[in-house]
Amino acid sequence: MSDLSVLYDVPGPRARRRNWLYTVLFLVVLGLVSWWVLDTMADKNQLAGEKWLPFVEDSRVWTTFLLPGLLNTLKAAALAIVIALPFGALLGIGRLSDHRWISVPVGAVVEFFRAIPVLLLMLFANEAYAQLTDVESEIRPLYAVVTGLVLYNASVIAEVVRAGILSLPHGQTDAAKAIGMRKGQTMSYVLLPQAVTAMLPALVSQLVVIVKDTALGGALLGFAELLSRVRSITANYGANTIAAFTVVALLFILLNFLLTTFASWLEGRARRSRRGSGAVVTEDIGSDVAVVSAPGDGPAGGPGGGPGDGPGDGGVGKTH
Amino acid sequence: MFDFLDLERYDLLGAFWVTVQLAVYSAVGSLIWGTVLAGMRVSPVPLMRGFGTAYVNIMRNTPLTVVLVAASLGLYQTLSVTLGGEDSDQIGFRLAVLGLVAYTATFVCEALRSGINTVPVGQAEAARALGLSFTQVLTLIVLPQAFRSVVAPLANVLIALTKNTTVAATIGVSEAALLMKEMIENESDVIFLVFSVFAFGFVVLTLPTGLLLGWVSKRVAVKR
Repeated sequence: MSDLSVLYDVPGPRARRRNWLYTVLFLVVLGLVSWWVLDTMADKNQLAGEKWLPFVEDSRVWTTFLLPGLLNTLKAAALAIVIALPFGALLGIGRLSDHRWISVPVGAVVEFFRAIPVLLLMLFANEAYAQLTDVESEIRPLYAVVTGLVLYNASVIAEVVRAGILSLPHGQTDAAKAIGMRKGQTMSYVLLPQAVTAMLPALVSQLVVIVKDTALGGALLGFAELLSRVRSITANYGANTIAAFTVVALLFILLNFLLTTFASWLEGRARRSRRGSGAVVTEDIGSDVAVVSAPGDGPAGGPGGGPGDGPGDGGVGKTH
Repeated sequence: MFDFLDLERYDLLGAFWVTVQLAVYSAVGSLIWGTVLAGMRVSPVPLMRGFGTAYVNIMRNTPLTVVLVAASLGLYQTLSVTLGGEDSDQIGFRLAVLGLVAYTATFVCEALRSGINTVPVGQAEAARALGLSFTQVLTLIVLPQAFRSVVAPLANVLIALTKNTTVAATIGVSEAALLMKEMIENESDVIFLVFSVFAFGFVVLTLPTGLLLGWVSKRVAVKR
């Protein structure tokens, strides 16, 4: 049911009139809500020009607060994904191991870290660094945030890697065996390189989750990322709370929107690709469970397949 | 070994009870709001479709932490919206539920939309041939089947929501994560034990949910 217009007939004169009525009613409701919001804001003097203009006129808001904050957010996110990738790959491959004494413990580790809120991991890492190491207190929040993100996301990436490898046709392993490759060679020369194409969209989507989670460090650990700059801005520019939150949220939305768009572009490319299997690992909706949509139930990857979402496409929801 | 677990001083069960309450209220709220959003996104009215799409894209790309902190600092402290709460605990709890619902509903909406995609076109066509209106097609024919096929994705949303309730600690709701923060600061010699206790608590909350709903999803799946 890709074309949702099958849910209703082509509107005739009566239906068109009814749709107009709904449009007007919806506009009235939207208008009332916006009016109430703006009125309350005006009441509390949040609409005044001096609260909003600094973001346009005063470049220091950007150079002192917003851009360094954004930079810290990006730094933590980049460190987290770079460190989590190799760990995640190892865990994912370990879980696929033929030896039960490897696959079972690795599976337990992966499931454990996926079941725990990332905030608990960050809080614990922060205190552990304070107690057990001599990491300086200025840099400790960054360490704690990155550690929490790495522990959690490595286990998520492990599942993505596993799903990516399992999405490959079995003939690939058979062919590698037939020409005499060892298990390690099969994995590193045949399976992993092909799985990476299928995994890329899910990995980019995971970056969105990581960027969003860095904000936790700002709120509870004193990590100087983008969100934590709201307080410094409101302290310096006359309690412009609403304006500061709006700008910070817009920056986050813009950044994540770019990443999401990039991920769906990658996904489309992987599906169309004739070289790969056409299978794509995407993330399950609202969670971090990797889902494989194989070419059979999704839009076909081969030249014969038509565009559009097929029924039973497991990978419709792209990101978290 | 478990001396640090001074239940007189640290209300461990109370904190996890707040976590459960946050999760349950937010789950019910986001299921309702998410279904409404999904209905909007497939409706024949272009304005509603546009609103649904814009809402989902904006909310999904905003960190939950920003949503909750903005609800506390912006809505409550700046605009004095209290949602009928009387003391600061109650207000914080209600704001947290509001933020969690606003955020989680987007994932419910997306799950439902993918569920609608699994319903064969013939079902809706047959319903239209009988003369059912859009609302009837959606509520009587398509959504019931869509819901049955998305129990597993919705279970994942619920598990993510349970973990996300910890973000409410950022606005001072006294749930599990906030208590853990307090405890590892006070009992700094047993941080591994404290962490294990709270980690175990969350495993207990999320694991049965996943198993139970996984079983339910197999039972109710539409056999085609």
